Amino acid sequence: MIGLIFARAGFKAPTTQDFVWPCIGPHLSIFGANACINKEVLLMFLAGLIVVVLFIGAFRKPKLVPTGLQNFMEVVVDFVQNGIVLEVVGRQGLPYVPYLTTLFFFVFVGNVFGIIPGLQFPVNSRMAMPLFLALLSWVLFNVAGVRRHGWGGYTKMVLFPSGVPWPMYILVTPIEFVSTIIVRPITLSVRLLANMIAGHLLLTIFFVGTAYLLQPSITSLFAVASFTLGTILVAFELFVAGLQAYIFTILTAVYLAGALSMEH
Amino acid sequence: MGALVGMVQAGIVAVASLSVVGYGIAAIGPGLGIGFLVGKAVESMARQPETAGVIRTNMFIGIGFVEALALFGFVLAFIAK
Repeated sequence: MIGLIFARAGFKAPTTQDFVWPCIGPHLSIFGANACINKEVLLMFLAGLIVVVLFIGAFRKPKLVPTGLQNFMEVVVDFVQNGIVLEVVGRQGLPYVPYLTTLFFFVFVGNVFGIIPGLQFPVNSRMAMPLFLALLSWVLFNVAGVRRHGWGGYTKMVLFPSGVPWPMYILVTPIEFVSTIIVRPITLSVRLLANMIAGHLLLTIFFVGTAYLLQPSITSLFAVASFTLGTILVAFELFVAGLQAYIFTILTAVYLAGALSMEH
Repeated sequence: MGALVGMVQAGIVAVASLSVVGYGIAAIGPGLGIGFLVGKAVESMARQPETAGVIRTNMFIGIGFVEALALFGFVLAFIAK
């Protein structure tokens, strides 16, 4: 009886299993890990290809008065340079604009795949993608800090902030180490991952629900409501895709600014 | 026997729902945090519209930090089953 109440009669709610795609073609076994090409990998290559083609197409023969594609891509570069780097890092961050622009655009394209009909899977909803990007940003800000201050100077700046009485270092140093070196890449990647998983699950549950409610015609009124809300959520997901790409880039810039600054 | 299996199934469903309830409780804190954060940011932008750009940037940085806590709960609700 209790089992009957809890069983959702016939409706299969989407789970995290929906994020696992079957292999296409042969698969290799590298140190016990299964490596193969699936939809996720294909979409990742597609996102990379789109970024490369758009940037090369826009800036291969740049014109003084930009038109069309160049105009659009210059808006992206201008947004990252003036809206993120100059505002957060300052002039010393200008050498990092190309990396941050590519990062922003790649994350955005990967996120937007979640709502493009036919693709409909956000690349960043598998941990490998955001974790790799976050580790790249982690290497970037640590290398930038070491190059700027030297090994000793950077270690002292991160672990032993000045203006703290020395007994407090027993408490401050472990906290600074964990928060700067360990937690930063984890939060950076989990933030992007969880947003994309949540968005994809939300869209899936509304559209699967629409299909389910249509079958007995008596509930098709609810199907209309479900479909309407799902459609509104597609627009919301576009907003989230842009926002998460922006937050990922701006936090990388903030970490970079912390590593490059003279005083901490 | 069948009743026993049904009870076990119901128990599993109840435990799974419990983690979702836990996530709901865990979302209260970051929800309050983002509410305060954005409210104060809008207030400052209304007081000094010329500093809106800097405030908006810092607001998004703060949202990023606060939001991470809620999303940890979201991911853990899936992992801990």
